[in-house]
Order: sequence, then structure tokens, then C-alpha cells
Amino acid sequence: MTTTFAFLDQFGDAIDFIFNERESPAGGSQVGGLGELWDLMWPHLKLSGAAMGIAGLASVPLGLWLGHIGKGGFLAINVSNVGRAVPSLALIAFFVAYLGLGFLNLTVALVLLAIPPILTNTYTGTRQVDRETVDAARGMGMTGAQIVRRVELPLALPLIFGGIRVSAVNVVATATIAPLAGVTTLGDPIINVNTYGDEGRLAAAIVVALLAVLTEVTLGAVQRAVTPRGLKLTSAGKRRHTFPITRREATS
Amino acid sequence: MLELAQVQIRDRTDTCESSNGFCPDWIADNLDRYVDPFFQHAYLTVMAVAIGFVISFALAIVAYKRRWLINPVTQVTGILYTIPSVAAFFLLLPITGRGNTTALIALVSYVLLIIFRNILTGLDNVPNETKDAGRGMGLTDRQLLWRVEVPLALPEILAGLRIAATTTVGLATLAFFAGAGGLGEQIFADITFKSNVVVAGGLAVLLAAVLDVLILLVQRAITPWTRAATAR
Repeated sequence: MTTTFAFLDQFGDAIDFIFNERESPAGGSQVGGLGELWDLMWPHLKLSGAAMGIAGLASVPLGLWLGHIGKGGFLAINVSNVGRAVPSLALIAFFVAYLGLGFLNLTVALVLLAIPPILTNTYTGTRQVDRETVDAARGMGMTGAQIVRRVELPLALPLIFGGIRVSAVNVVATATIAPLAGVTTLGDPIINVNTYGDEGRLAAAIVVALLAVLTEVTLGAVQRAVTPRGLKLTSAGKRRHTFPITRREATS
Repeated sequence: MLELAQVQIRDRTDTCESSNGFCPDWIADNLDRYVDPFFQHAYLTVMAVAIGFVISFALAIVAYKRRWLINPVTQVTGILYTIPSVAAFFLLLPITGRGNTTALIALVSYVLLIIFRNILTGLDNVPNETKDAGRGMGLTDRQLLWRVEVPLALPEILAGLRIAATTTVGLATLAFFAGAGGLGEQIFADITFKSNVVVAGGLAVLLAAVLDVLILLVQRAITPWTRAATAR
């Protein structure tokens, strides 16, 4: 009992840490409890939200524009391949070493991490809008801007949100190592285990995992909600297990 | 308790080194420090992708014939894919302890979805006419799968392996949290020292690029017909 299932006790302690305060193993201060976890989660959400907001505002319009004029595909698609090859820890370390610690520098690093999937998916989504549909819109007298806003954007939305989903989960996950850059997030109990103890570290891992799954599920629901009804009808009969990652690669 | 102690790896009396600078001399003298972590990193990545491939391939072959399995497999591997690897390492620590096993379980669970989807997409994209031709030649279902469908799906399967390999190099930089070393341990050892960060980070990017090109070369070698198609 004590050997095989000893790990259950550790998970029990970790759950207890989430709900109840206790004295820090390092002494001197109280750690744990919902209040403290919220104090760690709030900067985590703020950091992730800021990075995602900036990345979205930068890459969705750019991807739409490149997709609309049909240029820059090499850049828009390969930025993802390059982005994948740069480890998030290396990127953050690079920012820390060259620009220093702090919220702003870390936000910029996370923005760079978040841009590639959104940019690639927005470009791909815009490009794969049926050219006949675009011609029909032009034939109805729509201007370029109207075509982007009223035809290409709605039809590309599912794929754009697919990219946002991939980025958001990645950013929420990477924000866990933010304490390395001097920003306190849910990763603090993981990095500074001496203050929080083993149960605090495990508790933080549980909360981070739940937060990432929740982000994925929420954005998945948003993705379904923003998909135009006509698009749902036509795609229902086709393969239903397509996913931004494979589609991106399949089109590149 | 103090598992992740930052270690001192430079000479404080040297002006370049004490000012966190980018010091070519230091790099030349200390390159050997990165050799073992580099190969450990490569080992973790290759093992994770290989094990992940075997599991995903089995799952995809089964799900290809039994379509109702696709959704549950996608959902379960989707959750594994979503759980951040840092969290996964610590969730596994109480069960599997520190070391390669824990790191590999977390890394494998991450690549399953990527490879599974690509194998399935590859199999689904085999043209019906080709399958009909195979059947017309008298192939059984099993022969059709191994001689026609799997070979024609190879470009997409290998594309999935390339994504999995480059992503895993990135995630394996965090494997030191699970006590499995790697280049991430070197980055973490002195995160404010430019020379260290550039070399360790650069080696990780290099490893990703090398694996990517290797798989691409394998793909070129075993799917000669795709070259004929793209050379149009």
C-alpha cells in the first residue's frame, strides 16, 4: 500500500495545497490556498492575454492581406516551420540574456511564439477560399476591402481560430516558465520549489494542466460558434478529423 | 529539495564573462560542456518520436478500418497534446520518478496526436481509383493496405514525423525538470549569460534542423515518385 500507491498521497497533498494555506517549508510565510493560487493565476492570464492580443492584432490582418493579394506565401508558411524549431525556453533565455528580465520583454517573447501558427493559418484559410466565390463577390461589385471583410474573413474564420487555439495553448503552457524571466505566474511553485514545497509544485502542475485544457476547450467552442453555418453544412460530409497542424502541412 | 540549483559556469574575473557578454573565447573553451547534453537531447527526441510513431501507427491502422475509433482516439490524444509538458513532467514525477522514463512518457504523449492525424490523413488521401486498381489486380485487403495505401501515405506520414521531431526538440529543452538533462539544463544553468544561452539555444535549433533535413532525405529516398510529381 505504501509503496505501490504512495503517489496517491502526494496527489492528495497537492489537492489539499490548492484549497488550504500552510506554512512555507522555507519558513516565515504562508503558502497555498485558493487565494494565493488566484494571485498566481491572474498574472498568468494577464501575460497570456496580452501576448495573444498583440499576436492576434499583428498576424490576422497581415495574414488576411497576404492571402488576399496572394503573395508572401513562402514567408507566411515557413514562419511556422522556423517558429517550431526555436524552443520556447531558448527564446525566453535569449530575451532574458539580451534584453533583461521583466513583464514587457517576456510579453514580446511570447508574442513571437504566438504569431507563426496564427499567421500561417490565416494565410492558408484566406488562400483556400474558393476563387470562384471571390470572383462572384467581385462580379457583384464588391471592392477589395469588402471582399476581405465579408467573404474571405468569414470563410477563413474556422482556420484562423484553429491557429489562435494552437497559439493560446502554447502561450499558456510557456507562461509557466515565466518566473525564469522574473515574472511571477503559476509556474512560480514549479521553479521556486523551496518556497512552496513538493505539494505546491504538484498543485501548480495540476492547475496549469487544467488551465491549458480549459483554454483549448473554450477556444474550440468559440471556433465552432464563429464557423459560418453554410460552411458547417458543406464540411459535415467531408473528413471531420482535420486539424490545423496537419492541414497546414498538407497545404505547404 | 534543491534539485534545480543554478550552477556557476564562468570566470567572474574575466570582464566579458562577468558582464554576461557574448565571449567567443569562453565558447571555444567550453564547447565540450555541451556535447553530452546535446546527445542526451537528441536521444530523448529520437526515442520519443520513434515510440510515438509505433503507437500512433498502430492506432491509425486500427482506426482506419474501424472509423468509429477516430473520434475517441483524437479526443484522448488531444488532451495529452494539450497538457503542457512542464505540467506533465511534474504530474508524472510521483509515479515514475525522476529520469528518462518520465521525460519520454510526457514527450511521447505529446506527439501521438500529431503523428496519428498525419497517418490517417495520408491514408484517407489515397485516391479511390488507385485502391480499385489494386483490388482489380487481385490484392487482398491486407495486401492493399501494406503495398498500396501505406506506401502512398508515406509523404504525409513523414511530414508528421518532421513536425513531431522539431516540436519535440523544443519540448525536450524542458526535460531537465523531469531530471532528464538535455540542452535545457545548460540554458537554465546560467540564463543571463549570453554566451551560454546562444550556444545551448543554437544547438537546440541546429538539432531540430538536422532532424528535419534527415527525415526529409529519408522521404526523398523512399518516395521517389513524389519527386517526379513535384518536378513538373
